[in-house]
Amino acid sequence: MTFRKYLVLAGVTIFSTLGDALLARGMKELGGVSLHNFSGLLFAILNPWVSVGIILLLAFFASYTSALSWADLTYVLPATSLSYVLVAVIGRLGFHEEISPIRWLGIACIAGGVGFVSAGPSVTPARHPQSGLDYPNHARPQPEPSAAATRKANS
Amino acid sequence: MNNFYAWASIALIILAATTGDVLLAYSMKRVGDVGDIWKTSGLFAIVGKILSTPTFFLGVLAMAVAFYSLLFGLSWGNLSLVVPASASLTFVANTIAARIFLHERVGRRRWIAALLVAAGVALMAL
Repeated sequence: MTFRKYLVLAGVTIFSTLGDALLARGMKELGGVSLHNFSGLLFAILNPWVSVGIILLLAFFASYTSALSWADLTYVLPATSLSYVLVAVIGRLGFHEEISPIRWLGIACIAGGVGFVSAGPSVTPARHPQSGLDYPNHARPQPEPSAAATRKANS
Repeated sequence: MNNFYAWASIALIILAATTGDVLLAYSMKRVGDVGDIWKTSGLFAIVGKILSTPTFFLGVLAMAVAFYSLLFGLSWGNLSLVVPASASLTFVANTIAARIFLHERVGRRRWIAALLVAAGVALMAL
């Protein structure tokens, strides 16, 4: 994992959060969409909040697909899940939603999960290399130096 | 009725998002490390490789279904219900699906991480 790769993961986190928040802002403005006025969904993109939200979600998509090209799905998903914490923070600051103690507990769990997965390897070898689903050679995992070894090498 | 629409859209998001994530992860592993391709052959090589991967478009289609279900859900429920509830369950579904279909080695560390995140997201929905 290089610094650039961590930047891509941070981009995934931030773009998805801001995109979702802007979408929510726009959809609140438009009001409830039901099966009876389904066409409302098609015109939703004309709302400025929704359209900027969509641009941010496109940026999210670009960073997400590039992360998936060099890391496992089961690594990328937890590693970028700080976005749910950011959603709560934006909900509180931007929409004045309350954060209860239980929600703070949820935030702590998510942060713990992010720490857990990011301390491990980002790519694992295919379980059945003969199944046709195995990784091409350049995507094969290189043994990553542990955090402690890196610190020792740097000092 | 508002609640019914919100939870119906959550169920649809989980199904579509998991399908999309697995298809995208599979496609991008076939394309290869885009950072390396960028360095050796440039941006157009990446675009070309992605465009010649059919499963990528299936993944995008599934993501689009998930996206419109999200818009639909957000118009009925709160941001703080729809996003955490669908995300939490999508996490568990994705971990299982990545193990089955992508043959990722989901060790103890990743299970703990996935379950911690899913539990955290679910707690935030309370």
